[in-house]
Amino acid sequence: MNLTNLTKIALKALYNNKMRCFLTMLGIIIGVASVITMLAIGQGSKRSIREQISEMGSNMIMIHPGNMERGGVRQEASSMQTLKLTDYKAIDEKTEYVSACSPSVNSSGQFIYGANNYPSTIYGITEDYLDIRKLSVEEGNMFTPQDVLTSAKVCLVGKTVADNLFPNGESPIGKVIRFNKIPFKIIGTLTPKGYNSMGMDQDDMVLAPYTTVQKRILAITYLQGIYCSALSEELTPQATEEIGRILRKNHKIKEGEDDDFEIRSQEELSSMLSSTTDMMTVLLACIAGISLLVGGIGIMNIMYVSVTERTREIGLRMSIGARGIDILAQFLIEAVLISVTGGIIGVLLGVGASAVVNVVFNWPVYVQAYSVVLSFFVCTITGIFFGWYPARKAANLDPIEAIRYE
Amino acid sequence: MATKEIIRLENIRRNFIVGNETVHALRGVTFTINAGEFVTIMGTSGSGKSTLLNILGCLDTPTSGEYYLDGIPVKSMGKNDRSTLRNRKIGFVFQSYNLLPKTTALENVELPLMYNSSISAKMRHELASKALDAVGLSDRKNHKSNQMSGGQQQRVAIARALVNDPVIILADEATGNLDTRTSFEILVLFQELHARGRTIVFVTHNPELSSYSSRNIVLRDGKVISDTSNKKQASALEMLQKLPVETD
Repeated sequence: MNLTNLTKIALKALYNNKMRCFLTMLGIIIGVASVITMLAIGQGSKRSIREQISEMGSNMIMIHPGNMERGGVRQEASSMQTLKLTDYKAIDEKTEYVSACSPSVNSSGQFIYGANNYPSTIYGITEDYLDIRKLSVEEGNMFTPQDVLTSAKVCLVGKTVADNLFPNGESPIGKVIRFNKIPFKIIGTLTPKGYNSMGMDQDDMVLAPYTTVQKRILAITYLQGIYCSALSEELTPQATEEIGRILRKNHKIKEGEDDDFEIRSQEELSSMLSSTTDMMTVLLACIAGISLLVGGIGIMNIMYVSVTERTREIGLRMSIGARGIDILAQFLIEAVLISVTGGIIGVLLGVGASAVVNVVFNWPVYVQAYSVVLSFFVCTITGIFFGWYPARKAANLDPIEAIRYE
Repeated sequence: MATKEIIRLENIRRNFIVGNETVHALRGVTFTINAGEFVTIMGTSGSGKSTLLNILGCLDTPTSGEYYLDGIPVKSMGKNDRSTLRNRKIGFVFQSYNLLPKTTALENVELPLMYNSSISAKMRHELASKALDAVGLSDRKNHKSNQMSGGQQQRVAIARALVNDPVIILADEATGNLDTRTSFEILVLFQELHARGRTIVFVTHNPELSSYSSRNIVLRDGKVISDTSNKKQASALEMLQKLPVETD
């Protein structure tokens, strides 16, 4: 069998039926173009959903001292004093997967301003905390590293605290509130975040330098927790592992012994994220499959009609020496050429349409190389698969009857 | 020269099973055709001449008996081997030309060689061009089949049958679709080819044509009822010249 000649024959046959050829291709073109556009839109929204979810702090890692037994009595975790400032420094300096890191100490109590008071919690942290918890300053400024060094008595207040202490709507900036008889100057307010999914008010907080809370309020040297954020949501497991390694080394924990700390990440958010994107992928795969199936049936239909229509031609080819396999190959090549050409046009159209969607509707789109390769591959397979049956029918024709077919 | 055996049929029988009945299309046909003969095979419809043609053309195999084409026994050959045999040894000319539509004369003639991978594109081109020259269509090589008259199309078909240099040309009612004048033109061409040493088998139901061949075999009910050689071949060219010139 001479493939070059057969390809020439197939090309010639297609060229002689340009219109039919184009209409057959149309199914594949639309199929592939829609698959690519869908996937591009899907990937785009997947990415923007991912970004939004990570806004909620899906890459956040919390480290707390682990509870231990002391004389047979299991202690409350918060009473443990195993997390030190050196742990924070080690994490801050040595990790590769952590983008921000802040120690945390906190104290609950009554905040007083003039005749108003409100029970809340003061969190002792560093500036990084804003990034980690995705908080932002609405008015005023964040405290500086200098304030941390000098244990300055400055603070930022959340909306709930500000509303309760300043019910008349006056600006809290520059006011001095008291906590445990210690005066704190308000240097900023936090942008309201509302309640979280657990029903906790995320605006019910006061932020201050951790040194201030540690020394002036709690008078302790240990840390109650360390908050970190991984470079990205996907890198959270690596970051968690890395932090664990550093802390075990710092705490001189031997192989086989239990950790004296606990590392938690936002697994709930992570799993939500992956289930959302998985569902989207399945949905898109279904749509893609249906489009290509319809295109493939189009090919089969036209090829089938074409075989009947060209019975005489097939009969002639056979009588002048074409073997069954030559006829089969010719029709298969025709089908594959149609579907591959349609595939190429479809890819171009799909990429173009994605760009149009991006510009006109301002939707996030993202064309992935794999979707182009995949759809191209699939349409070739479609061509072979759906071209096979009609091609076999052509190859099995009896030349005696085919040549006299009217 | 006319001693080499091209076709040898030995008691060929061909039965078809239609429903519960067996139809005997050929009931023991035996003859040989030597190189350089121009044989007409005649018979009314139902005489078995189409079946015989199919067997001669290796499109069909006999139920019993043996058929040698150019010394090769065909009966036991598989479908694909017979295809290749047709491609190398046989040239077909059909009643309805069977050219590929929208395809030039040259490409139509090249077609049999497309299925022979030992022939290069250049050689294919040359052979096809030569075959078209031989049938007098040198100036129509790039005309498409639908731009040509019936006679010209049949000439292209004959060129296609010649292009692979076959041992035999099988013509099936090759003049059946043509008017009288064009029919004679085609007959002239066949006689020319015969004169150049081609072996031709011409199957027809038209008894007039027997006078132009060198031998005439008549079939009836699946048997050969007469096999006569024609020493005084009529010239188709003379007949053509005697035909009144069409004026309208």
